Amino acid sequence: MQATPTAPSPLDGFDSSAPRTPIVNDFSIQVATANGSGSQTSNNVLMRSIFQMGVPVSGKNLFPSNIAGLPTWFTIRASRHGYIGRKKEIDFLVAMNPESAREDVESLAPGAAVVFDEPLKLDQVRSDLHFYPVPFDKLVGPVCPEAKLRKLVRNMIYTGVMAHLLGIEIEEVRRALFKQFGERKRKAAEMNWGAVLAGQEFAAANLPKTDPYRVQRMEATHGRIIIDGNTASALGCVFAGVTVLTWYPITPSSSLAEALIHYLEKLRIDSETGRRTFAIVQAEDELAAIGMAIGAGWAGARAMTCTSGPGISLMSEFIGLGYYAEIPAVVIDVQRAGPSTGLPTRTMQCDTLPNAVLSHGDTMHPVYFPSSPEECFSMSHDAFDLAEGFQTPVFVNTDLDLGMNNWMSEPFAYPQTPIDRGKVLSPEDLERLGGFARYRDVDGDGVCYRTLPGTNHAAAGYFTRGTGHNDKAGYSEREDDFANNLDRLRRKFESIRAALPAPEIQPREGARIGMVYYGTSRYACEEARDQLSAENGVEIALFRAKAWPFDPVLHDFCASFERVYVVEQNRDAQLLSLMRMELSAESIAKLRKVNYYGGLPLDARTVSDAILAQEQEAAR
Amino acid sequence: MSTAPVKKTNQLGFEILDYRGSKTTLCAGCGHNAITERLIEAAWTMGVEPWRVAKVSGIGCSSKTPAYFLGQSHGFNALHGRAPAVATGAMLANQTLRCVVVSGDGDTASIGMGQFIHMLRRNPPMTYIIENNGVYGLTKGQFSATADIGSTLKNGTPNHLAPIDCCQLALELGATFVARSFSGDKRQLSAILKACMGHNGLAVVDVISPCTTFNDHSGSTKSYSYMKDHEEPIHDIDFVPHYEDIAVEYEEGAAREVTLHDGSRLVLRKLERDYDPSDRLHALQALYAAASAREVLTGILYVEPARENLMESLKVSAEPLATLPEHLVRPGPEALEAVVEEFR
Ligand SMILES: Cc1ncc(C[n+]2csc(CCOP(=O)(O)OP(=O)(O)O)c2C)c(N)n1
Ligand code: SF4
Ligand SMILES: [Mg+2]
Repeated sequence: MQATPTAPSPLDGFDSSAPRTPIVNDFSIQVATANGSGSQTSNNVLMRSIFQMGVPVSGKNLFPSNIAGLPTWFTIRASRHGYIGRKKEIDFLVAMNPESAREDVESLAPGAAVVFDEPLKLDQVRSDLHFYPVPFDKLVGPVCPEAKLRKLVRNMIYTGVMAHLLGIEIEEVRRALFKQFGERKRKAAEMNWGAVLAGQEFAAANLPKTDPYRVQRMEATHGRIIIDGNTASALGCVFAGVTVLTWYPITPSSSLAEALIHYLEKLRIDSETGRRTFAIVQAEDELAAIGMAIGAGWAGARAMTCTSGPGISLMSEFIGLGYYAEIPAVVIDVQRAGPSTGLPTRTMQCDTLPNAVLSHGDTMHPVYFPSSPEECFSMSHDAFDLAEGFQTPVFVNTDLDLGMNNWMSEPFAYPQTPIDRGKVLSPEDLERLGGFARYRDVDGDGVCYRTLPGTNHAAAGYFTRGTGHNDKAGYSEREDDFANNLDRLRRKFESIRAALPAPEIQPREGARIGMVYYGTSRYACEEARDQLSAENGVEIALFRAKAWPFDPVLHDFCASFERVYVVEQNRDAQLLSLMRMELSAESIAKLRKVNYYGGLPLDARTVSDAILAQEQEAAR
Repeated sequence: MSTAPVKKTNQLGFEILDYRGSKTTLCAGCGHNAITERLIEAAWTMGVEPWRVAKVSGIGCSSKTPAYFLGQSHGFNALHGRAPAVATGAMLANQTLRCVVVSGDGDTASIGMGQFIHMLRRNPPMTYIIENNGVYGLTKGQFSATADIGSTLKNGTPNHLAPIDCCQLALELGATFVARSFSGDKRQLSAILKACMGHNGLAVVDVISPCTTFNDHSGSTKSYSYMKDHEEPIHDIDFVPHYEDIAVEYEEGAAREVTLHDGSRLVLRKLERDYDPSDRLHALQALYAAASAREVLTGILYVEPARENLMESLKVSAEPLATLPEHLVRPGPEALEAVVEEFR
């Protein structure tokens, strides 16, 4: 008992030692550290061990744009209901960062629990919390003889403390830890394991449990994996048979390119000849990255680039060229907030509208909206077939939350269909046809036949330009040639619409309102639907868009409800703007905005509060 | 020897007509048209397979010219200043292509400078021609970044800014083949273009190519008459194609021979002075000295036949990536299983 808070507080009669009804598998943990202090491994081990206990879990790293020193928070949410969106309220704080500790503690709701570094004396800040002081520096010495490693290893102590306080089976922590370090770092793993045990033993001897939060084994994560969206996207590309990657580093997309490089080198180098079935160029900027991808797509490669907002801005001219010259390319946009410095490490859905119509002139591009690692995998994969099938640039819009955080996921399904290279004519085809017209709509679907440079036939060559061409790819500035071509491109866009994945619709008994959302807003929206139903009796039907252009069923969905809330992680209601381009005037009148743009992953309470306020307004 | 043989067909059985493109829409007398003619002759003489050629350009009068030669080949008139990226991408997709890039001085030395420089560092196997007229032709005669100090626009406005010399830059950044020529120097330009086709890396050729409409007046340093007075060839070039086994005679010490990657040979005959095209520093010094003497050095300034090119350094499979069959580019289900296992 020697570590319990000192003076009893007169403030509100809060008795942290009073018995409490346990709260099982339904809480959030926030670990506050300084960037660069190496806490990531400890956090992942903690998250993974809860996952191994069979409890649905999510982890989010809220980090600054800095290499070392600024405050970083890692939140872990365990939810027996399977809610894996961010939870706004923190139930359990691990306060390791002296810079932010006071503010972190002050922001907690009464009744929350705090594990903290003893010298910070956080138990003197408030008296309505459960405090667990831990002398990290004292504990780390014996388990880590090397002084310069202590800064890292001391973090693993809180993993042990938390395991004890939450009742996580220590064997699961051990398994998670050794998995995290991998076979090659056995020695480091052993040392860290010592730190876990030191934390666990200290807690067992000195920290009587007073808070209600507990982990109890369940069976809800069986067969699942934990993976970040960027790795999932990269794998989707590998199994799509990507052959050319040209990229320029930018957070939060760099780890996608790096994962892709890792797996291509692992899976796509001929073991006998050492020859690669892929080419990767780190370009000098995003202009060159997309330029190379367009050049490679023109010459027949499955080409891609990955980037984030600032790169998208630079790629704009080339994307327009790709649209008009009808060249396949896949662009994975791991979205982040705004230009320049500021919030490059924060998440947003702020490239929805820009990507859908990127570039000058009349341009429209298909955009996938993955919401999970499975969809990062499948949609990144499908994007290549779509790009080559329709000879056009295709976007996959993920975001920092999805791309860089670890998520529970179903294992990925191996692609069921052969790779589709689209309408490409071989020398034999040309021989049979006696020639071809590059921009003639032979099949009536707006998609024309192309040939690749290097096709050994006298009729194969054609000249590629942006806009000024007739259907034989001859230079033309005639108004009818130009207008006809624009009309055909619009027809092609309708064919693309039919090839995109159908939305996920969740009808609801008695619902008079609907909610439309996409990408990572999914988790907050689904939870908000449940909150509003349970707390306010408001029933809502759900529509999760998986791609633009929208499935026509969107019209029926909007027509069926009195109001339709469009939830997005941006200020300007970008998806709603795209909906306005397609819906009828009556449906447009039903649209309501719910926009969050603080840069953190969207949480359910923000959504349900916003909808409730507007519903009350409507009822008045 | 280096002049085109006057046979009707080349070794592939093609007539020179087969190497032509659509009719030029450039101004009469434009230097770019002469370069187009030399390209046609060079490709025909060398027996280049038209279907194997990828022509890539940026935007400008110069960048329009790929439509006017090798009409059977694929061509891509891309974006202003971005031909290096597009061409590099095409080579990544299919390294069996023979890529010819045509750019202008505005296209390369201003908007495309970043891409030009990084292309030089990478050494992709392709020919990069800068049709250099000191102005932006297509936008009607503004100065480009290669205009010399003191040269004037048609209306008399003088240029005060130091010129960018693309050959100097190419040398500084490690280019493996650097040449300068003049659109009016038929014989030399032909020999250089044929040599480019035998080079296994990036061949950069800056061709002074007068713009008759906007930059051929007396104040211009890129006019026909200025070039007639100031062109200073560093050597006389005999090009011996790889398919011809001919001994070229010259007196001991009167010429230098260079064997290119494809087995073609260059016999570089000494003129006033000896010029060593394998000495990068010497090449730079010669360019600096010429600039202050207001001479325009032409010829093959530097050649390094043996350096590894981009595709070799990337260790890319020899067959075109573009057409690799599915079993080579999509790992099997067991591979996915194994990867997924890492994340359990
Ligand atoms: C992004 C962009 N900016 C500007 C232009 C307008 N533009 C077209 S050609 C050109 C200059 C071409 O000059 P150069 O490369 O020297 O070619 P030339 O016409 O002299 O052969 C410019 C600025 C453009 N097409 N694209
Ligand atoms: S404007 Fe100048 S560069 Fe353009 S075609 Fe005419 S002469 Fe040639
Ligand atoms: Mg010019």
